[in-house]
Amino acid sequence: MALAVLDRYAEVPWEDKERLFEEIKADPRFADYLYGCYECGICVAACPSARFYDFSPRRIAQALAREDVALVYEQIQDDIWECSQCFSCLRCPRKNNPGGLVTIMRETAVRNGLRSAKQALEGYSRIIYKIMSTGTQVSPDMIRADAFPDWGPTAQETGDNLEVWRKALPPETLHTTSMSWDVDPKTLTELYLIWHLTGVMDMIKEIDEGLHMILLDVMEEKLEDAGYPVS
Amino acid sequence: MPISLPVVQSAPAPRGRVFTRSAPDPAEDVREKVLELEARGEWIVPRVPGPWVDVTTKYGRTKKIPLQHTWHHKSCGQCGHIPGYSTAIFWLHRTLGLDYTDPRDQTSCTAWNYYASATSNAAAQAAVALRNFAAAHETGYFPQIHCGTSYGHYKEVRAELVHHPELRARVRDIMAKLGKPMVMPEEIVHYSEWVYAVRDRLAARRIHDLSDITVTVHPACHYYKLVQEDAIYDPDIYGGQRTAVVSAVAHTLGARVADYSTWFDCCGFGFRHILVQRDFTRSFAVQRKIETMKEEANPDVTLTHDTGCVTTLDKSQFAPRAHGKTASIPVMSEAQFAALAMGAHPYRVCQLHWHAADYRPLLEKMGIDWRERWREFEDDCERIKKGEKAFLTWEDVDA
Repeated sequence: MALAVLDRYAEVPWEDKERLFEEIKADPRFADYLYGCYECGICVAACPSARFYDFSPRRIAQALAREDVALVYEQIQDDIWECSQCFSCLRCPRKNNPGGLVTIMRETAVRNGLRSAKQALEGYSRIIYKIMSTGTQVSPDMIRADAFPDWGPTAQETGDNLEVWRKALPPETLHTTSMSWDVDPKTLTELYLIWHLTGVMDMIKEIDEGLHMILLDVMEEKLEDAGYPVS
Repeated sequence: MPISLPVVQSAPAPRGRVFTRSAPDPAEDVREKVLELEARGEWIVPRVPGPWVDVTTKYGRTKKIPLQHTWHHKSCGQCGHIPGYSTAIFWLHRTLGLDYTDPRDQTSCTAWNYYASATSNAAAQAAVALRNFAAAHETGYFPQIHCGTSYGHYKEVRAELVHHPELRARVRDIMAKLGKPMVMPEEIVHYSEWVYAVRDRLAARRIHDLSDITVTVHPACHYYKLVQEDAIYDPDIYGGQRTAVVSAVAHTLGARVADYSTWFDCCGFGFRHILVQRDFTRSFAVQRKIETMKEEANPDVTLTHDTGCVTTLDKSQFAPRAHGKTASIPVMSEAQFAALAMGAHPYRVCQLHWHAADYRPLLEKMGIDWRERWREFEDDCERIKKGEKAFLTWEDVDA
């Protein structure tokens, strides 16, 4: 078959590809996100990533609709991390949600510790650490000239004046530098419990064991002190 | 040297034809389902506190926007990197005398990370949302959500919880372990909807003439593309063909709102791209948005209403200079713009020193003496450094 000739991952056992495909289809949101495809290309025309990458939300929807197991596997490894998750593709007249399908495919890639997920998240660990440990995604102390040289001289100026500029913010919750706002410690403990109870910690272990250990170190004592049953 | 280009089109006046629907829209109103689940005892649905403003959403439904007693669900990107965004929202509430609370018992929605890395799942995202809603409910205040992504994502979560009883059961179990009830607000409200609802009150307090200010608007994807039926549309703004928030505010404040061809494009944020693949973000922001706005509308400022959009459009303008791309437009939220128009301090309140693109020409055109205001802010900082003041306070701002 022609598709077999184009299969970039012919060495990967079919059973593995099929298992991943079934995992994607089993997500409760899958049926809400895919109704078929008119092949009109409106999603591609609206897609920012399609302008700059070899990426097509239409191809995502079509491969899943046709149950093209080999192509879906190829997309999980090569395509899905280019998506901007802006959801411009929701313009679809068939009411598909290609961006949502990508979200499910990415989750599947992370849960299974696939190479594409590990590569895509290289350099991203500190962000995951920040959001999972502080409950806020970015912090003021991330703004440094060496981290954001492309942001121009204001990155240097902000970094140099960070402590004082944060104190010069009228809302009392914003006098922080290591988190976006001052999150109550009890609130953080509740967030940690959510990560444990929903399998998110297991997902982190699949893609980055070192990060998993650091997060466990931060969370376990607080959860135990608070009397939450984490086993 | 910047080239002065003509403004090619000023909108958003109605274009004559009014588009109306003769039949009810088939899309479900998920809010009805939320109330049905409340009637079955599945969760608590806190009602929008009065007084509220009725606004119209995309398919003609009515949405209630609470004016006060609001629980401010802050944005991590705003508070962390562009804090004048959050501060301006608070200042507008204070100036209008509308009660609010700024909680510490709040986490990020964590959706920035979810859309960037997928290191989460539907149950975790729903539990984070409901934990925050329960925290708001405990205070008796009603959530007003600052971030467009939080707003859009929470509406996705609401639909998932409504349609998937197994997800509700799982989240109910988690909430029980946290000792919290299941809570889903009657409406999910974005701050820009509140700004839209109070735009006439803001305009009544305007002290700077904006009639010579040209504005372009970047509508935030996660505000009006995610769960699109819940976004505000208004026949007086672009004939009801685009979301009305931000454009209506700028228009009501007396600025000229100019159209440009790539208004539907996203900003280039990309969630993971802005952090670890910024070549894409910069290229898209400058080539598809900033340069197009400059060529077609030559605005004095571009306004938007989400965290990532301000960050992306503002911070992406520096590096392309290396390629001779010098188009520059100041970027801020409509809350900051409205506050400036009402006399807010550009540094104590709007915190414009955290922004990258040069905003000073805009301030000068608005009649704001930025040199004197900066001197005042530097004095504040000096007093903080010397230990004469611990923090800048709202009392300092109001003085």
